[in-house]
Amino acid sequence: MAIEHADVLRAAHLARLGIDDADATRYVGDLSRILEMVDALQGVDTEGVAPLAHPLDATQPLRADEAIEPDRREAFQACAPSVSQGYYLVPRVVE
Amino acid sequence: MQWETVIGLEVHVQLATQSKIFSGASTAYGAEPNTQACAVDLGLPGVLPVLNENAVAMAVRFGLAIDAEIPEISVFDRKNYFYPDLPKGYQTSQMGQPIVGAGEVEITLEDSSTHTVRIHHAHLEEDAGKSVHENFHSQTGIDLNRAGTPLLEIVSEPDMRSPKEASAYVRALHTLVTYLGISDGNMNEGSMRCDVNVSVRPKGQESFGTRAEVKNVNSFRFIERAIEVEVERQIDLLEDGGTVVQETRLFDPDRDETRSMRTKEEANDYRYFPCPDLLPLMLDQAYVDHQRTLLPELPAEKRQRFIDVLGLSSYDAAVLTATRAMAEYFEQVHTRCSDAKLAANWVQGELSGRLNKENLDITQSPVSAEQLGDLLLRLKDDTINGKAAKQVFAELWSRTFETADEVIEAKGLKQVTDTAAIEAVVDQVIADNPIQVTQYKDAEPDKRGKMIGFFVGQAMKASKGTANPQQVNQLLKQKLDALL
Repeated sequence: MAIEHADVLRAAHLARLGIDDADATRYVGDLSRILEMVDALQGVDTEGVAPLAHPLDATQPLRADEAIEPDRREAFQACAPSVSQGYYLVPRVVE
Repeated sequence: MQWETVIGLEVHVQLATQSKIFSGASTAYGAEPNTQACAVDLGLPGVLPVLNENAVAMAVRFGLAIDAEIPEISVFDRKNYFYPDLPKGYQTSQMGQPIVGAGEVEITLEDSSTHTVRIHHAHLEEDAGKSVHENFHSQTGIDLNRAGTPLLEIVSEPDMRSPKEASAYVRALHTLVTYLGISDGNMNEGSMRCDVNVSVRPKGQESFGTRAEVKNVNSFRFIERAIEVEVERQIDLLEDGGTVVQETRLFDPDRDETRSMRTKEEANDYRYFPCPDLLPLMLDQAYVDHQRTLLPELPAEKRQRFIDVLGLSSYDAAVLTATRAMAEYFEQVHTRCSDAKLAANWVQGELSGRLNKENLDITQSPVSAEQLGDLLLRLKDDTINGKAAKQVFAELWSRTFETADEVIEAKGLKQVTDTAAIEAVVDQVIADNPIQVTQYKDAEPDKRGKMIGFFVGQAMKASKGTANPQQVNQLLKQKLDALL
């Protein structure tokens, strides 16, 4: 599977990674080689094999429905860049 | 050209759990911002989500109520996108293997016709936080109390053909989830939110037209209106030779229009993948069977029982089962007074009228079901007449008395059925109103029936409303006709 320059820029944008054109050119090669390696899996006959959702052979444990977490807002907000009146502040989001 | 509207809905129902879907933070509404957002909800490094057993149970019960298959294995996936109210950078949801498979919901339209809406599937996911744009100078405030609240997203097939069908469907879901007790169904607090997929096609055409998804449709009233304006927009567009673009639009109730949400256009690549922090959820048959035993009587079953066993009309049965609270109130009144029709009339009449007037929910009624039931018992055993019953109800409503019997005693409302006493009152009324008596005598025989009402009114007034009206009527007729 081949990957193109535009694919790299798009993936970077979706992941909010700032890369320049030169980086992108290099990643085209790197990512294509990774994909080639993964492509080997396409050769395996998976007819009748259910997709694996998790590598561990285990199922999800469940938690009792109890509100047990204390309010730790002060501690959590101590490391936030900007807070006001209990809210986390971010650059204005335009709808 | 004749157009046909095609509608499918995605309804997000907030589940009424105590704690969040993957953390032990409280889900209570209305707390101070960010006081109910723990490390898991904030997406801090090193945390591990653990699934809430009650959210699972509620989803399964919904599935059983719509006759859906509950798959043995379901899987949680990550839906990746960036938005400030989603601190993890992904929403934990279910994509390929949801907890509830295909099912059906029956809807009833205004003309009493019924119609089946197929459910494609329902899946569990977490809610995002809330953004506040108003109070912060050129910044946005984020409250993550809602982040991680469990949602059941119910996805219908495109089976609805009119705005009325769509709102009837949402009402049916609302009734169902509140009966099941899996959601408070409070639309004002966002407990039920709808995204509506709308398209139009020439009548008779088999394939669907291109659809638009309308978001932010969060009240029964807005659902119909949002669809109406979107359908109008699409038809105008097509008739002018344009094409409908598949996109997300926002309903603006103030401007009565939908508009494109351009900001989200390129964000539609969510790169779903199975969440590595959560293992597949396995539900065996014994678990599903146990959940089935916990189902309450469902609205459709209750409606049928009210008709078959209690002898109510289908209209009364539909109104009284519209919400679980209403049905329970009615059933308590009925248990107390053992007269279904009388209980139905009072719950739908006097009680609902008062509640509407004062904008109260039935759960906030100042008159309890027990109080009303006991009052109706006194009406039924002829202790009081209908007029006095209304007076007793008013006293109970203003909470000046505890029980109907106290009011009847204190206000002297006991109905007079003693013939001699009523006769005395009637004789007095006839003696006091010679002009009306002459008019009665001179009237055409077929007009007299109506004229007797005046005398009945006078007699009831003279007895301070306590005389038995049937007896008054009968005695008056006898005595007046004897004068002819």
